[in-house]
Amino acid sequence: MDGWYVEKGPESDVVVSSRVRLARNINNYSFPDRLDSQKAREVVDNIKKIVLESEECKSYGFKFYDMHKLSSLDKNILVEKHLISPDFAIKQNVSGALISSSEQISLMINEEDHLRIQCLFPGMQLENASSLCNRMDDLLESELDYAYSVGYGYLTCCPTNIGTGIRASVMLHLPALVMTGYVRKVLEACGKIGIAVRGIYGENSEAAGNLFQISNQVTLGQDENEIISGLKNVVSQITERERTLRRELYMKEPYRFEDNIYRALGILKNARIISADESLKLFSRVRMGVDMGILKNVDSQVLNELILLVQPACLQKQVDEELKQGDRDRVRADMIRKKLRFDD
Amino acid sequence: MLCQNCQKKAAKVHFTHIVNDNKVEVFLCDDCAREKSKININMPMDLSTFITSFMGFNNETVNTERHSGDFVCQVCRLGYSDFKKTGKVGCSNCYEAFKEKLGPVLKRIHGSDTHTGKIPAKLSSGIKLSREIKELKNDLNKAVRDEEYEKAAEIRDRIKILQSAGEGG
Ligand SMILES: [Zn+2]
Ligand SMILES: [Zn+2]
Repeated sequence: MDGWYVEKGPESDVVVSSRVRLARNINNYSFPDRLDSQKAREVVDNIKKIVLESEECKSYGFKFYDMHKLSSLDKNILVEKHLISPDFAIKQNVSGALISSSEQISLMINEEDHLRIQCLFPGMQLENASSLCNRMDDLLESELDYAYSVGYGYLTCCPTNIGTGIRASVMLHLPALVMTGYVRKVLEACGKIGIAVRGIYGENSEAAGNLFQISNQVTLGQDENEIISGLKNVVSQITERERTLRRELYMKEPYRFEDNIYRALGILKNARIISADESLKLFSRVRMGVDMGILKNVDSQVLNELILLVQPACLQKQVDEELKQGDRDRVRADMIRKKLRFDD
Repeated sequence: MLCQNCQKKAAKVHFTHIVNDNKVEVFLCDDCAREKSKININMPMDLSTFITSFMGFNNETVNTERHSGDFVCQVCRLGYSDFKKTGKVGCSNCYEAFKEKLGPVLKRIHGSDTHTGKIPAKLSSGIKLSREIKELKNDLNKAVRDEEYEKAAEIRDRIKILQSAGEGG
């Protein structure tokens, strides 16, 4: 894999990735849910044409995906890579996606809104993600007539996105906050100031792999910079707390702390059968060991890659066959062993 | 279906008229249709392009409880009651159609009902100007309230300059 996620970003000991997305709609077209297929086709073709014919976009190597022609496996892979939303993957209307070759930029056409522009960066890079989104937006805006009102800003299908249409989010790895139970307090505090937190990859409320996504909820009444810097401020406080707790836990019982990490690595290197959930839990412990300098021979970027590769659709794509549940766990264990031995 | 004018009685008449080369369709009840055609007869250019056709609604029973007081978007036909079920509007005009009800909803969600962020480049100069004038007017009110008349006069001059600039370009 050679996507954006194999690069190392700033603050990557806690911040896994940064994402910004903009919601936009085109004037004089009903929103996708109330658009007939001919009009929906026009929206897709228009945006596709602008992006594929733009000089500036050529360097990004955009590829167009017609959602009707994509297999459900391929759609699920895009979902697992966060390039399209789960809702988008199961939509029946005429829709399409444009994805850059590094998988850093993705445009969803006729999701809930006519256009969703999304940029992903490794580590803490909300500003970079925002300015790249903004550039794509300017480029499209020069050719499209956006639905915009002076009072309400960019008009969106769901009033929760109206105004700036911006959703900025970061994926955080918070093992120490989870271990100590502080994470609940953090979640409560975030809720009070309009910041949403949710676990990633986890079933139920438990976040598998101690990964959390933190994002702004307010999109109206604050400008883009205020929204981004507000979120950054919250993230830096959480990041500092996480780092302090990791150090305290380590100091308190160094042998137990290291044992926990080395055992996790031992299982990953030797297991013959492993579920996605278990592997995510173990990755979390190994990642913490790497980020704290305890484990020296594991590359944390390999862990980023593995988090994606152990997901069901990505896993099946690698072996190029449909796998039953039991086979999946076996193939997953093989793949993890191969990847980790590589860096031994 | 309800009359799109009064939102009270069942729509019986289907109007199609052409406005600026766009076909506009409206569904009206008998009473509103009569009112509407009076107005339109008074407008000379409209007669030729004004088509009425009777729709067979078969006395469709209307759930008055659901419909009374419901707002319907004239562009995408979404009712405010539909919005309440899904939390999603049907088109950009819905925000205008449901303005009365959506304003407070937006305030509840965002703590504000006014956009202060990005302006599309095409509209940029005009909107920036009107935003600045709006802010200055707030300052002016405050200055007057605080009895800072010298400052108020300065602000008033600035507003005048901006307003004439807006008219000029
Ligand atoms: Zn009526
Ligand atoms: Zn509408």
